[in-house]
Amino acid sequence: MNRLRALFLAPVWVIVGSLLFAPLAIVFLYSLLTRGAYGGLAPPWTFENYQRLADPLYLGIAAQSFLLAGISTLLCLLIGYPLALFISRSGPRKNLYLLLVITPFWISFLVRTYAWMFLLRDTGLINTVLEAAGLIREPLPLLYNPAAVVLGLVYGYLPFMVLPVYAALERLDLALLEAAADLGAAPRASTLRVLLPLSWPGIRAGIILVFIPCLGAYLTPDLLGGGKAMMIGNLVQNQFTTARDWPFGAAVSLALMMPVALLLVLLLRRKGEELL
Amino acid sequence: MKHWLPVHAAAVFTFLYLPLAVLVVFSVNSSRFTAWTGFSLDWYREMLRNPQLAEAAWNSIVIAAVATVISVSAGTLAAYALWKRTSRLLAGAVYLSLVTPEIVMGISLLAFFQWIFRHLDLRLGMHTVILAHVSFTIAYVIVVVLARLRTLDGTLEEAAQDLGATEWQAFRTVTLPLLVPGIAAAGLLAFAVSFDDYVITSMVAGVDSETLPMVIYAMARRGATPVLNAVSTAIVLAIGTLTLLSARLMRQ
Repeated sequence: MNRLRALFLAPVWVIVGSLLFAPLAIVFLYSLLTRGAYGGLAPPWTFENYQRLADPLYLGIAAQSFLLAGISTLLCLLIGYPLALFISRSGPRKNLYLLLVITPFWISFLVRTYAWMFLLRDTGLINTVLEAAGLIREPLPLLYNPAAVVLGLVYGYLPFMVLPVYAALERLDLALLEAAADLGAAPRASTLRVLLPLSWPGIRAGIILVFIPCLGAYLTPDLLGGGKAMMIGNLVQNQFTTARDWPFGAAVSLALMMPVALLLVLLLRRKGEELL
Repeated sequence: MKHWLPVHAAAVFTFLYLPLAVLVVFSVNSSRFTAWTGFSLDWYREMLRNPQLAEAAWNSIVIAAVATVISVSAGTLAAYALWKRTSRLLAGAVYLSLVTPEIVMGISLLAFFQWIFRHLDLRLGMHTVILAHVSFTIAYVIVVVLARLRTLDGTLEEAAQDLGATEWQAFRTVTLPLLVPGIAAAGLLAFAVSFDDYVITSMVAGVDSETLPMVIYAMARRGATPVLNAVSTAIVLAIGTLTLLSARLMRQ
């Protein structure tokens, strides 16, 4: 078996080694170099790029990213949990509802983000309708602000919350809730003290699965925030394009990878031996 | 069931689909502005006449098709090997690929390609975009195919080998045919993810490899253009069909 297995794994190791590990290793090396003339890279080796992360400007962007990602994750939980509960209790229609939750994930993220631009911008549908109804004179500034970014993130990543919570609720033994009721628990008490704790593995997975992409978001703050809600991903992109400071951009990228890797370890730790 | 749950669910489904429905409706609006003035297919005509859109769509299809073939082949073999005996390192790599922010993946691939180009006389183009797409679609393929493998009975291969089949024959004639629905679903997912990508593509694309999402991004950035509604509707319909197909495949 071992020879066939090695043969089968060879292509994937070539791909993963050259297109995942090597690029990340190069970013790590670049983060320790100095920006040369014309945006090039040059020795000496330095930690200066990491020291610059402590600049209040960049700390502010990091704080804003955590805040926006945190709010979006919380909203996904508040919206997604009841939906997952509804789906888990809807009998034969379950699969249809699940398909309805999954389908947007397949549809272009870019198109879904653009759909909100079409609704929210100054000449967009909402402002046009409100103006036609005589409710406003000037268009409301709905687009290009942090709230629009949160809206876009919730819209984009809601399925990542619903699916794991649904999976946890599916496994849950409904008799436990009946037992709680039989023993005199009010519906509220049985929800808080039986349902929520038992579905915690799903909630935890959902929180991590939503928070990770939200924290590293680039496209949503770029299109819906319009520079008024900059996140870490935008800072990375900016350093590699406009600012042409690759060493600093590389340091920002690795700083962004740290919480992401930490969350990943948290997610995997309790799943036991079977990793995939 | 609590009474407000169905109401909540209806509201969420409306939230998920209404913005897309609005795009579809306004793609057949005759006016250039955001006010309904009557049915018209003008924007679709304009879309089809636009040579930049046609070229970008063709590039996207070529890139997604080639990247899908490569990642499905390599990913299926890898999933099979992982099914036989797990590898913590490879499983970790798959997760790393799934959680690495797209923008970080994009700039790391750009840095990698530029580093290689210092030694070779090459430029960014279709080939770099295809390689980049292989790097992020292969993880999806491994996850989907492995999920299918886990539903299979491992003793079938043992039986085949007891009856004299080699390991290769057992894989080729017993497991692989059973895997076809999973492989097809993985292929559709890889194609959809590749076709849709903007962030990574925009970092590693060259002048001759502009993709459809890159054109859409530029149009969305520029502001109002009803042609974009028509393009979006076309994409939603195409991808929606793919999803239904794959849902059917996964159920088999």
